[in-house]
Amino acid sequence: MANLAPSVLRQASRLASKSSISAVPRRGVVALSRTAAAPARCAGRRCYVTQTKSDNAQVQADTAIRLDRPELEKSGLVLDAQSGSTTHVSPMADVLKQATRMDEGQRPIYLDMQATTPIDPRVLDAMLPYYTGVFGNPHSRTHAYGWESERAVEQAREHIATLIGADPKEIIFTSGATESNNMSIKGVARFFGRSGKKKHIITSQTEHKCVLDSCRHLQDDGYEVTYLPVNNKGLIDLDQLRAAIRPETALVSIMTVNNEIGVIQPVAEIGKICREHKVFFHTDAAQAVGKIPLDVNAMNVDLMSISSHKIYGPKGIGACYVRRRPRVRLEPIISGGGQERGLRSGTLAPALVVGFGEACRVAKEELEYDSKRVKALSDRLLKGLLSMEHTNQNGDPEHFYPGCVNVSFAYVEGESLLMALKDVALSSGSACTSASLEPSYVLRALGNSDENAHSSIRFGIGRFTTEAEIDYVLKAVKERVGFLRELSPLWELVQEGVDLNTIEWTQH
Amino acid sequence: MSAVQAATRPESAQRVLSLYRQLLRQGNQFSAYNFREYAKRRTRDAFRENKNVEDPRRIQELVQKGLQDLQILKRQTVISQFYQMNRLVVEGGISGKDTPGHETVRQKDTGWD
Repeated sequence: MANLAPSVLRQASRLASKSSISAVPRRGVVALSRTAAAPARCAGRRCYVTQTKSDNAQVQADTAIRLDRPELEKSGLVLDAQSGSTTHVSPMADVLKQATRMDEGQRPIYLDMQATTPIDPRVLDAMLPYYTGVFGNPHSRTHAYGWESERAVEQAREHIATLIGADPKEIIFTSGATESNNMSIKGVARFFGRSGKKKHIITSQTEHKCVLDSCRHLQDDGYEVTYLPVNNKGLIDLDQLRAAIRPETALVSIMTVNNEIGVIQPVAEIGKICREHKVFFHTDAAQAVGKIPLDVNAMNVDLMSISSHKIYGPKGIGACYVRRRPRVRLEPIISGGGQERGLRSGTLAPALVVGFGEACRVAKEELEYDSKRVKALSDRLLKGLLSMEHTNQNGDPEHFYPGCVNVSFAYVEGESLLMALKDVALSSGSACTSASLEPSYVLRALGNSDENAHSSIRFGIGRFTTEAEIDYVLKAVKERVGFLRELSPLWELVQEGVDLNTIEWTQH
Repeated sequence: MSAVQAATRPESAQRVLSLYRQLLRQGNQFSAYNFREYAKRRTRDAFRENKNVEDPRRIQELVQKGLQDLQILKRQTVISQFYQMNRLVVEGGISGKDTPGHETVRQKDTGWD
């Protein structure tokens, strides 16, 4: 991956040198018969959008040189305008002759705020005393060391509760949103399934992997699970939900903000339906808390999963909101000393809890400022990306969190674009599935084709993103997408006005 | 005694301006690009947002908050300078040149392979 750009450049120059024979179908890999397209071409109805030539695939010097810097520096090449002959070095050297911007760093821009966020300095400042001076066990009741830790923990609990409009006693600390989801789904299902009457769970197809996997696990134990489909914008249908609720339904679990496409589900309406039918409602709000206003009482939420590291807090901690009135009964997964109302035993980490609490306090304070800013940056990014040809946004353009922008670039492989964009930290979907090359199941659930799902990229904007970063990313994406498309034989066909669906690909 | 006096006296425009300047200068000391830009931007926006506040009690509250944030900034910028990372690709703007007096030496080449 490190030498992608030079190899790509080499390929480009090779192509340019054979431009005289490029009229012949290049690259014997795809032998195709343009049966349906042929008459259209004879009639002269070619509709070029931009002119396509193989030598248009040029590496843009502006951003590409930044990628190659370590290798070039290793080879002892001095990169400034004064360097003399460049013939003996690499083909990049000609491009680099004008390069003078070598003061710049190489650390990529971070645009993956759905995976995790940097820790806010204010949060770290609140945490540090609990790593240096205050070390008591918050559950120790017999001495002052325990009391001071406990006071800090209870204060943090209050900050978290006020952010979601709950009572501090209803907040259960866990290790993260995954544990909260597991605890809620398995806990409620096991408690109410014991009698054998309530053995049905409803969830949606676009949930996070940990919800889907918990449900799969329960299915093996003899529970029934309904996976609600979503429409092509990613929203669930409330009538379908209403129809899916049965007398034996124990729990409905629908996420508030989707982690891949940023779609905001109608949580308040779902909560109302669940309350009418006396079914518990769990929502995975890891991506929503602190970013959009939430109120568990107004939305009739019975269980809510919260994660700290998505709101500029430390990793390794999260919380689960468990309603007390009407009481939600759970069977705990972790048993032990009976901490956290007996629902999640184990000593709390005061430093992490305090950091989490501070992150929630800051999030509540900055909610308005942050959302205004994220919206402005997101509009700027979306406008720039959608102004390119053959791009489209995934998810509902009205009901989505602006900090999560998912865009498909047709005729470009998402993974190859991610590799070409190694100066920007991006992801094609959830971090959990980013190791596999499979298309995102969320985009498949939206009814997108495999090609579309493969060519989509998620941009995450957060509190610390700057305008300069957005502009850099826009520029880099435009250059690299253009470059990759010029290499693509499919793009050439599209430029000639051939409908790709009419092509009969020969088997080989 | 003097602290009590300072707390009860109405805040003069000069003291508020001095706090503003101190916050900006301190925020500029972050070695991490994103935090540096955020600190400067947030200070500027907060002062602009509250420039028409007339209520003396509210002004005092805001100044107190500013002073607290200044303390946080002082501690956190020092920590930030202890653990310096490589610079971001956007740093240095379009020209890419380091401004004189702001060349930072990075100890770690973190984030690559």
